[in-house]
Amino acid sequence: MATKVAKSPWLLHYDGSSCNGCDIEVLACLTPIYDVERFGIINTGNPKHADILLITGGINTQNKAVVEQLYSQMPEPKVVCAVGICACNGGVFKECYNIIGGVDKVIPVDVYVPGCAARPNAIIDGVVKALGVLEEKRKNMKGGAAE
Amino acid sequence: MANRSVVPFGPQHPVLPEPIHLDLVLEDEKIVEAIPKIGYVHRGLEKLVEKRDFNDFVYIAERTCGICSFMHGMGYVEAMERIFDAEIPPRAKYLRTIWCEMSRIHSHLLWLGLLADGFGFEALFYQCWRMREKVLDMFEEATGGRVIFSVNKIGGVLKDMPKEMLAKFVHNFNEIEKELKDLTEVFLTDYSVESRLRGVGILTRDDAIRLGAAGPMMRASGISIDTRSIGYAAYEDIDFDIVTSNDCDSYARCEVRIKEIFQSIEIIRQAVEKIPGGEISIDIKGNPKGEAFTRVEQPRGEAIYYCRANGTKFLERFRIRTPTFANLTPMLYTLKGAELADVPLLILTIDPCISCTER
Repeated sequence: MATKVAKSPWLLHYDGSSCNGCDIEVLACLTPIYDVERFGIINTGNPKHADILLITGGINTQNKAVVEQLYSQMPEPKVVCAVGICACNGGVFKECYNIIGGVDKVIPVDVYVPGCAARPNAIIDGVVKALGVLEEKRKNMKGGAAE
Repeated sequence: MANRSVVPFGPQHPVLPEPIHLDLVLEDEKIVEAIPKIGYVHRGLEKLVEKRDFNDFVYIAERTCGICSFMHGMGYVEAMERIFDAEIPPRAKYLRTIWCEMSRIHSHLLWLGLLADGFGFEALFYQCWRMREKVLDMFEEATGGRVIFSVNKIGGVLKDMPKEMLAKFVHNFNEIEKELKDLTEVFLTDYSVESRLRGVGILTRDDAIRLGAAGPMMRASGISIDTRSIGYAAYEDIDFDIVTSNDCDSYARCEVRIKEIFQSIEIIRQAVEKIPGGEISIDIKGNPKGEAFTRVEQPRGEAIYYCRANGTKFLERFRIRTPTFANLTPMLYTLKGAELADVPLLILTIDPCISCTER
């Protein structure tokens, strides 16, 4: 773990159309029992400060534009982590008339964390995986700049 | 005349875990008007009754909201039990009561934490959520889930709690009660907390009635209404006094919710003492026909469930009226004339659950 964290990642959390279950589990990750802040992970409210976008819940017609906008405001390199089965593919709400589907219908998703609701352990695991992807993307960016 | 400007608030905002958008019309720093725009979490859950049969729909109803998921599931199954005219075993009723009160404790602790975060008291936020984890651990031990339990079924509950487990839970809640007394001290007597809460967001008794407030928001304005006193689950056999306050401000709402946690712990103690033995569920046969209403007191206020069945395995209509929906109008009312800096706090004091409201 220690070798992987080249930089402390900051998270941006957005509730797509989740039932709150995954949202409170994301918040629970920040609190004393799970305490991701010990890894330098901070939940920020500003997309321009964020490295990892955590999205809970599926995409509906109303929040589609919001998700796209948040993603476009984040600086490169950025990683998207879909938390919960609804964010992965729509989950139990897949057949609802207002649900378009998972987050990957709108923006590219790098890490999928399934579960209903996703447990804090799984979310932390997902964020750690996202760190690897982030590092990969950063290397590719540097390679691109050198050319 | 002072300068007018419009400040957009949300849908993505650091203070709110859930998306709601407000256009705040400001005159200098004072809010003249707040125009809400909602629908970011709308899924169309109620219409799913046409695609899932009435037994499977219990799991959908639970996913209306992840915070009071147990109560949503219970409201739906109680409505269905009324349609079937089924009398469920008393042990199931008591188990439902215990889980309801545990949900209320975890929801109120969650709210207290978010409130502390809202006025910038991080340590207090962490303390509240640390205690909340203990309640979630008990939930996990009893039902297998941390936030969504799926223990309700039409005709009873799916899991029983043995005697030793109940005794252990009462012991744990006694510990939580002791710790909570320290936290209460901070929330209700700390002068910096008081300065953020006292006199902020006044909703008088008359306004609360006129605007149709619900739950702790209403009880903090001195109106003594609690759906638990009309008796669903096992509440008929349980003695409790409705918690109210006459201060009508944010401080009163905080006070009411803290006192309700102590009340819930007391209800759990009573329920564990009185819980009868026996079966935990009965079999329900056939398809439902008819319609039914139920009312449930959620942590945020009164929720109403309506089901209409036509003799097939799919319901014709399912409808929920949620407490946050009732509280949105009083919230917009309290925002008028408030300072811009108090907006997050005022939104938090209604304990908004957007996901229930928009479904």
